[in-house]
Formats: sequence, structure tokens, C-alpha cells
Amino acid sequence: MTAMASTAPQQFLEARIRWRAIEIVFWLATLAPFFLAPSYLVLTSQMAITGLFALSLDLILGYAGIVSLGHAAFFGLGAYSAGFVSRSGWGEPVSGLLIASIVAGLAGYAMSFIICRFRHLALIMITLGLGLLLHEVANKAHWLTGGADGMQGIHTWPLFGRLAFDLYGTVACGYALAVLFIVFLFARRLINSPFGLSLRGIRENAIRMPAIGAPSRAHIRKVYTISAVIAGIAGALLAETTETVSLEVLSFQRSADVLVMLVLGGAGRLYGGIVGAIIYMLARDQLSGINPQYWYFWIGALLIVVVMFLRNGILGGLADLVARRAHR
Amino acid sequence: MLGPIVGVLFDGFAYGMLLFLLSVGLSVTLGMMNFINLAHCSFAMLGGYVVVTLTLDLGWPFLATLPVAFLAAALASVLLERVLFRHLYRASELDQCLLTIGVVFMSVASAAYVFGTQQQPIRMPPYLSGTIPLLGADLAVYRLFLILASLLIATLLVIALERTRFGAEVRAAVDNQRMARGLGIDVDRAFAITFALGSGLAGLGGALAIEIVGLDPGFAFSFLVYVLIVVSTGGLGSIGGSFAAAALLGISDVAGKYYVPDLGAFLIYLIMLALLMWRPTGLFGRR
Repeated sequence: MTAMASTAPQQFLEARIRWRAIEIVFWLATLAPFFLAPSYLVLTSQMAITGLFALSLDLILGYAGIVSLGHAAFFGLGAYSAGFVSRSGWGEPVSGLLIASIVAGLAGYAMSFIICRFRHLALIMITLGLGLLLHEVANKAHWLTGGADGMQGIHTWPLFGRLAFDLYGTVACGYALAVLFIVFLFARRLINSPFGLSLRGIRENAIRMPAIGAPSRAHIRKVYTISAVIAGIAGALLAETTETVSLEVLSFQRSADVLVMLVLGGAGRLYGGIVGAIIYMLARDQLSGINPQYWYFWIGALLIVVVMFLRNGILGGLADLVARRAHR
Repeated sequence: MLGPIVGVLFDGFAYGMLLFLLSVGLSVTLGMMNFINLAHCSFAMLGGYVVVTLTLDLGWPFLATLPVAFLAAALASVLLERVLFRHLYRASELDQCLLTIGVVFMSVASAAYVFGTQQQPIRMPPYLSGTIPLLGADLAVYRLFLILASLLIATLLVIALERTRFGAEVRAAVDNQRMARGLGIDVDRAFAITFALGSGLAGLGGALAIEIVGLDPGFAFSFLVYVLIVVSTGGLGSIGGSFAAAALLGISDVAGKYYVPDLGAFLIYLIMLALLMWRPTGLFGRR
């Protein structure tokens, strides 16, 4: 037992870093729409963007246990920054993405000093309030954001100066998927590091962690800033691929939607946000064709079912099923 | 000179009293069980739709529909509490938030399905419409009625909480739930009754709100934010805190929209954030 304990942490992390077959299959499958369903490319790029946004929320909520009802603030900041850069006459997509991520990251860093001081209801209210505050600022600052009319005049230059964004969304989809994959690799590395482990410790007990040498507040500040950067990238992707930014990017609805997706897929799992986004967007695409107004009834029902019977989301339920099979 | 100020103060206070009715139940139940019920405003919306249906379709007088709105919301809340919410008292706040947001989504979609998405019309009886001139301002009779009714309810609540045995049990459960259980107080029963009462008050608030802010399926969401602001700044489980926070919020909201319309709701959110950062447990909160 003692011999195992000395090597177990490294072995544990190494085992988690190793790529599993199902992961490789998953990422290959994301390329399938290019060959099998070209008419769904626009939806696929939306899924990739939303999945990236959900991944950013997963880092703080699933791993560090910080509940946020206002995460759209960073998504919207990224979208508006990318839109503003493009409108000012610099439509190069990759550098636009970088600028947007820096803006969102700086805002996230500033906010993290507030976030790390609160817990429970006060934290929920503060994240909600900050999100609403930013929405209201964007609504009133008509000269900068276009207010309720949305930001006009965004034009994205061809990717790498060669690949123009076409009407069918082929380039946009490839671009969004590539960005998602790169950021995912980073998040995967981050989560399977000692830092990622101590985040999970903070989620379970924020007071005890400093006693074993992991400063809770400093860790929360770091992961919150990283999460803001990723959310900003997701927002910038949306602005660049659709060439519009509406006030909706900052809305409470968007914050609530991404929370629903993450919980649906399974919070605290790397693929939870992405799988949740895929299922959510696909279901919305299919159901809204039938009756757009009542779509939220089924989302509500689904949420209740997930909370009551499927505490760890769809992926968690599947993992339990597989584990039970293997046990037998 | 004095007229506009009196008018703004009056309208703001009336609005604040509305917020008080809508939020006081949530404040007390949150203080007791730490159960974050985001569906609180769905009960208010239910009360509103009950009143609209009874007055327009069945021709009931407005005042007679108010008790029905109270009862309908209270009954619906007991049903949901027994079936869903009681399983989550020990769950994380995230689970509570998600489950109740699910209820909100379902209630909004159901309201849109049954009543449509348009604003609901309501006809006030003649004795509740019109205005009274006072100190250079024209005060709406309905708002005066709203203020008096809310003050009456607040007084009744304080008496019930301070002077009755049941009130003492509720106060004990808010202060220290485990200790109260240890003393033989049936906290679950006290909570269920408080929950029903609070939701009933929300239903009443929803019914009284139609004349002032209108009623559409978005009500459950749009007022949730205001109710949460009142609850979190007033402090959990404190009737006086809710009252003060609701009055403050109502007056500053109306005054803000009247004097600095460019800022809009910005001011409210800013005040709330500042208050929460200064005192995370609210103005009158002890925990």
C-alpha cells in the first residue's frame, strides 16, 4: 500500500493523459459533416462554438465548483471585441481571435479578484449581476455596440489570406472546429495536471485545500481567467463566422443555456460541455421546426429529469453503465 | 416643484411594495432551508393568470379574484414542493438552481401555450381607477390601494412571526435548523407551510402586478432578477430586510428611470453589486 501511494499520483495522471480510442473516434467524427451532411455545416460550426463556450464554463463550474449565472459576459466581450476590431478595418481572423481573447482575459482577471472572495448565494447573485450590468452597458452604449440593432459592418478577411469564408460555411466550420480542438488540447492538459487535481480539491473543500499547500483563492483566480479567455475566443469565433454581433451574446438566456448544456452533458467531464452542446443544438434544430415557441418546455422537462435521476449528466450516466457492465 | 418628487417617491414606493409581496416568501424559505427556488416568480405568474381568467372570462369582480390567486399559487407550490423540491434540500445549490430553472422554463412555455405570448389585458373596477391630488402630485388610487394592502400584509406577517407559536418555530428554524430539530420542532412541516404561504403571497403579488407592469409569459424570468436582488440585499429570512430592500429598490428604480433614463437598469445592478460586496449576507442578514 505504501509503495503504491508513492507512485500513484504520477501513474494516475499519466493514465489520464493517455488518449483513448473513443476520444480519437469522437474527433474524427467531428469531420463527418464535411462529407456526409454538407447542409449541416453551419449548424456544426455553431455547435463547435457553443461547445467551446461550454468547455470554458466546465473549467470553473465542473472542476473548481464556481457556479456562474453570468458567463455570457466574457462570450459577449469576445464577440464585441472581435467585431470592433473587424469594423475598424482589420478583418484578419486569427489576430482578431487573439485580441478578443486578451480583452476577455483581462476582464476575467479583474473580475476574478471579486469572484474568489464569495461562495453560495452571494456568488450566484454577483455573477448574475455582473452579467446583467454588462448587458445593460452594451444596450446603452449605442455608439460603440449598435445597441439593440446589433453591430453592423463586420467583414472577416480570408483565413491565412487564402481561404475565403463562403456561404456554405465550409471554411467557417473547419476554422471553428480547429480552434475548438486546439483549445480542447490545452484544457485537457490543464485538467490532467497537478493544478487540475487541486482545482477538484477546491471544489470538494475550499477551506481545507490551503492546509495541504494549494492556495484556493490564487487557483480560483487563475482558472477563472483561463475560462474567461476561452469564452472570449468562443464569442470572437461567433462574431467572425457570422459577421454580426447582436445584443443576445450578452443575454442571461445565453448564460442559462450554456449552463443547461453543460449539466446535460455532464459537468466536471472534459467532453461534457461539447457533448451537451451537440445534443442541445441538434434537439433545438429538430424541435424548433415543429413548434419554436414551446421548445423550452422540453428543455425544462429535460433539466428536471437530469437533476432528479441523472446527477452526472448524460456522459456520467453512460460511464456508470459501462462501469456496471465491466463489473459484472 | 414638490409635485414630481412626491410623484416619483409615491410610484417608487408602490412599486417597492409590489416587489416586497413578490419576494418576502422566497426570503423566508431561503433563510429556513437554504433552498434556492428560482421558480418563485412562476407562482406569481400563475396568480396573475388566475386573475385574468376569472375577471375576463368568468366576469368575477377584481377583488374577489385576489384570494383565489393566493390559494392557487399556494396549492401549486405545495404540490411541487412535495413532488420535486423536497428531494433537493440537501443537494448542492447548483442542482437546486437547475431544477427550479427547469420549472421556470416549463411554466413560461405552458403560459405561452395556453394564453399566448401577448400582454394580458385587465379591467380595473371604477373605485380602483382614477387619481387623488396630493401635495401637487396626482396619486393613482390603485397604487394607494397597493401600498395599503402591502402594509397590512407586512404588519400581519410581522405579528404572525413575532407573536404566534408557529412564528416562533419558523424563527427558530431560520436561526438554527439543526438546533430547532433537536428541540422537537417539526421543521419540515413548518417549512411546507411557510413555503405555501410565501408562494401564495407571490401569487397575490403577481395578481396585483398586472395593472402596473403587465403580464406575459416572460414575467417569471423578468421579475426573478428583481426578486433575487431584493432577497440577497435584504438578507435571508428577514421580513424587515426584505421590506427595506424592496422599498429602496422600487424607489431607486422609478427615480432612476425618471431622472436619468439613459442609465436605465444599470443603476440598480450597480447598487446591488456594491451592496453585496460590502455585505455579502445582505443589509439585515446575520449569516
